[in-house]
Amino acid sequence: MKTVHLRPIDMSAWNNIAAIVKRELGGYFTSPIAYVFLVIFLLLTGFFTFTVGSFFERGEASLVSFFTWHPWLYLFLVPAVGMRLWSEERRLGTMELLLTMPITTWQAILGKFLASWIFLALALALTFPVVVTVNWLGDPDNGVIVAGYAGSLLLAGAYLAVSCMTSAMTRNQVISFIVSVLLCLFLILAGYTPVTDLLSRFANPRVVEVIAAFSVMTHFEGFQRGVVDLRDAVFFASVMGFALFATGVIIRGQRAG
Amino acid sequence: MIEVEHLVKAFGPKLAVNDVSFTVERGEVLGFLGPNGAGKSTTMRMVTGFIPPTSGRITVGGYDMLENPIPAKRLIGYLPENAPGYADMTVVGFLNFAAELRGLQGEAKKKAVRRAVELCFLESVLHQSIDTLSKGYKHRTCLAQALIHDPDILVMDEPTDGLDPNQKHEVRNLIKAMGASKAIIFSTHILEEVEAACTRVIIIDRGRIVANGTPEELKARAANAGAVRMRVKNIAPAALTQALARVPGAGRAEVLAERDGLVEVRVYPARPGADGALTRDVAELAARERWQLDELHTEEGRLDEVFRSITLPDTVRAQ
Repeated sequence: MKTVHLRPIDMSAWNNIAAIVKRELGGYFTSPIAYVFLVIFLLLTGFFTFTVGSFFERGEASLVSFFTWHPWLYLFLVPAVGMRLWSEERRLGTMELLLTMPITTWQAILGKFLASWIFLALALALTFPVVVTVNWLGDPDNGVIVAGYAGSLLLAGAYLAVSCMTSAMTRNQVISFIVSVLLCLFLILAGYTPVTDLLSRFANPRVVEVIAAFSVMTHFEGFQRGVVDLRDAVFFASVMGFALFATGVIIRGQRAG
Repeated sequence: MIEVEHLVKAFGPKLAVNDVSFTVERGEVLGFLGPNGAGKSTTMRMVTGFIPPTSGRITVGGYDMLENPIPAKRLIGYLPENAPGYADMTVVGFLNFAAELRGLQGEAKKKAVRRAVELCFLESVLHQSIDTLSKGYKHRTCLAQALIHDPDILVMDEPTDGLDPNQKHEVRNLIKAMGASKAIIFSTHILEEVEAACTRVIIIDRGRIVANGTPEELKARAANAGAVRMRVKNIAPAALTQALARVPGAGRAEVLAERDGLVEVRVYPARPGADGALTRDVAELAARERWQLDELHTEEGRLDEVFRSITLPDTVRAQ
């Protein structure tokens, strides 16, 4: 039987990406790492929300104390998820297999990124008891909570794309992790209030503002308050876009020798 | 099916591959020989589209590898050096993944995986994860991946490396059987493999092709190709070599061994090449002189001697 595909290239692109997503996700769950990660993530979010963030003492029906800590929590947890993406391929030599398959480098990069992002989304989704608790105890604005989750997911995606980029630089996962944490730390600190306060003592406030515009803190803040600003979403999307593009450039450079 | 023209690859100032050109047609099995670091793997990586060449052209099944890589890569099955595999996947999971990336779905995928599993004898380890496999099984898993879509072109970097003699034999037979309908390139260090499976051999040294021909043509280039080797009883070695030196067409004669009254000599032809004339002349002389012959035969050149004579001077110089 002969079937006619109007746009066969697009279809096969999605099939290729789906195959890679499936493989990567399967890779997480066949090793104990995924479960260890989920447990640590949930324990830490709980600890920061209820103990450090004094969820109960606040006496308000909101998840501010939950979301506030996400940029810091992700600083270590997201690079831990992303560090193996490409460095493992290089260490095992499977990169040679993957990139001689009839797929484009972009499909491979996107597939790997999406798989890890879905994994992080799953981890985030497993925090639902916090939402249940706050709804049971009081009457929160669930719109704000949804916005907070959306922002958190974008934040995780931005960090992940950076980790994806650093993991393409080296076959050593530890180096990949450290470089990724440093870059993400910069993304936090550029807009972290104590740092911007310090900077504005020396520098022109305009300059400080420009630097802060590169920070995830500046753009995550709105989501936490329930304000979904398109500009903030565009910021996160551009960080992801840029980092993934850089990943492609790095891989291309390595192959060219 | 594969056309490679003036391929060059530079890593910094070092030329890993220097002006390599060859073609491989369907039905041909091309053996790639060369010392370590000669540029075999680099050439294969360029042919399969893993790394781009510094200059030159690669055409696979009519598609240019640089301009149109996807349809070109579709035609190729590739077994990279050291047979990499995803450590955390099971064999069947890995083969399914490879089949999906080759665009196989549903029933076609199942069939392809089953076929590859049968060809490479993987039934017993299907559900084992790749990092628990022995080297031989790991190798065959990666080979199964390369065969999964029944490709027209097979590129294999040391396909028998790390296998035991039985497995080597199986893989060699597999290559020979598939060679009839596919275009195959494989690299190896093992010279018997080349004689057993190849229709053509390329010897590559320090990035350049130094020999290209059938195994028979290459063997004829050996210094001892066409030499006559004989064992004679009850004769003085000096008398024997003197008599042999007078045979027309004979070159140097050397005494190889002398024990228990037996003298073993080798007579090189004056001009290399094995046409048998020298053997007939030596036999005539032996009959005339009534030598007590124990053994008389024409030597075929040996591939390893050709290989050494072509690549050794360079290797020694490099050291």
